[in-house]
Amino acid sequence: MANENCINQQECKPTQFWALLGLGGLVVLSSLYAFFTLEHHGHVLTGMNNQIVWGLPHVFAVFLIVAASGVLNVASIGSVFGKKLYKARAPLSGMLALSMLAGGLAVLVLDLGRPDRLVVAMTYYNFKSIFAWNMIFYNGFFAIVGLYLITLMDRNLKSYSTTVGFIAFLWRIALTTATGSIFGFLVARVGYNSALMAPMFIIMSFAYGLAVFLLVQTVMYKWNNLALDERILIRMKNLLGVFIAASLYFTVVFHLTNLYFAKQWEFERFILLEGGVYTMVFWIGQIIIGGILPLLLLFSPGARHSTGMVMVAALLVILGGMSQMFVTIVGGQAYPLVLFPGYQESSTFYDGVINTYTPTIWEYMLGMGGVGIAFVLTVIAVRAFKFLPQDDFKALETDDA
Amino acid sequence: MNDTVENKVEERRNFLKTGAVVAAATVAPGVLMYGVAHSRAPEEAASGNVRWGMLIDSSKCGDGCNDCVTACNTENGLSGETGPQDTQYIRKLDIKDLRNGRVHSLPMLCQHCENPPCVDVCPTGASMKRADGIVLVDRHICIGCRYCMMACPYKARSFVHEPLTDQNPEVPRGKGCVESCTFCVQRVDRDENPACVDACNSNGHMAMLFGDLNDPQSPVSLAMQTQPSTEVRADLRLNTGVRYQGI
Repeated sequence: MANENCINQQECKPTQFWALLGLGGLVVLSSLYAFFTLEHHGHVLTGMNNQIVWGLPHVFAVFLIVAASGVLNVASIGSVFGKKLYKARAPLSGMLALSMLAGGLAVLVLDLGRPDRLVVAMTYYNFKSIFAWNMIFYNGFFAIVGLYLITLMDRNLKSYSTTVGFIAFLWRIALTTATGSIFGFLVARVGYNSALMAPMFIIMSFAYGLAVFLLVQTVMYKWNNLALDERILIRMKNLLGVFIAASLYFTVVFHLTNLYFAKQWEFERFILLEGGVYTMVFWIGQIIIGGILPLLLLFSPGARHSTGMVMVAALLVILGGMSQMFVTIVGGQAYPLVLFPGYQESSTFYDGVINTYTPTIWEYMLGMGGVGIAFVLTVIAVRAFKFLPQDDFKALETDDA
Repeated sequence: MNDTVENKVEERRNFLKTGAVVAAATVAPGVLMYGVAHSRAPEEAASGNVRWGMLIDSSKCGDGCNDCVTACNTENGLSGETGPQDTQYIRKLDIKDLRNGRVHSLPMLCQHCENPPCVDVCPTGASMKRADGIVLVDRHICIGCRYCMMACPYKARSFVHEPLTDQNPEVPRGKGCVESCTFCVQRVDRDENPACVDACNSNGHMAMLFGDLNDPQSPVSLAMQTQPSTEVRADLRLNTGVRYQGI
């Protein structure tokens, strides 16, 4: 039944395919509804204001963009570092990267005050702005990773895949550096202003991207009634563990650095101890759910044989990633700008107070739309093209573990 | 005969009158322009020889006085409401020295930096600095990304969160764009003071001086030469156009 349309499926499941597509489509539609409502009434309907200028939509958008660059890492390990296990997964990795970037960028654009001026954003560039550089990197990412996918999937162009893959790898490192620097270059705000932002975003992208990849891969194998080879499972879960540990390390160094600078103490006290929801999301969300729990799960003896445990760990990493973005983006703005160090400040414009932020349903809808777009694109791509990893087990034996 | 002579005299008078009018019409603009040399014609570009700036003496600023804020709201067509999503170009900031308890009250507005972070970060170049040092938002190319608001160290910018009505035609604003103090650029181009400065002068506080920082003889420069002044967040080295005294 309709077998010609499901190259990748062991047995065709059109009902499930349409159900998934419908589900994703509904999420995207609700997001569009939110967009048009906000476009008509203005951002007055959101919880964002002149103090918290970037809110939940940006948490979703930046997470998707960072994870998009990270998910390409799977392909890079294959093409750049020659690991066969990962090379077999390069097409899926590239496709996920494009889908997630599309989702993240859509949220970013739909949240603009003047989304109708997208053409302006594409034609007027201030090259001193790291934000403008990001736009160039995003567009270039689509072109380069698109080309990379073609070289991976077209037999005649296969020989170019290593070169294009290498360019894609360099490009994605530049892209995440630029994304981290959007925050790192904010010299006036104690919560950002740090050269560590760029490398920290890169290492976090490795973890978030691989977690998304493992999740999608596991679902695809289940969908096709296939079991992931244990050797592959072990290698990939160990790699995820290393990335989580590295992310935790960067988080510790970032906060230790702030703790060393006397002028940053108050901000650290806010995030680590007294920041209410931000402190809670930092410790419970970013550190425990996104770091310690998945590490325990991944390195417990049972995980060697359990795709379920690895999948739960991957889900936790994604939740932790969202938490990290919330603490970084919203928490960084909740802490007030200090105009006069050593003085207590107050005004009608909320100087000197911890800024409050209560996101509205419109912001959730807009943010989830990005996830919906990435999901819909993935469902269609997986259905229409051959993205299920094709492992050559003999070659795997020669691959360094 | 007499008639013809009178006609000729009349003609000569008319000729002289017309000639005088034409000559006056030709010379007058030059003479007038000389007299109003600081006022800028719309087609004339802002001059890089001028740097507009402001000196605020917090010791003269009246505690509880809000006249500068009210004048700004009226001039720029702002609602004057102070909710978290409402626009404020200028606000009265109360600060208290935590070491000795000394309090100051001062107006805080866009500091019109020489090296403005908002201009650096703006992806489209909508945030821009005029040749005469006034930092503005080009509302035709602002996409409403709010990155400039993240970057401004002085919290000087606001985002228009909802549709606007009854705007001042001289100060067009729009939903979805970022805005901030313009030094009342429309008044400055007519050689007038910003509305806040005039309000402060007319109530007798005289706490705000506005003028050309590049002109050593301007009142603002002279005041800065005689007394020390402070730059807010001087550590960032933005060389602000607004300076404070008395803090």
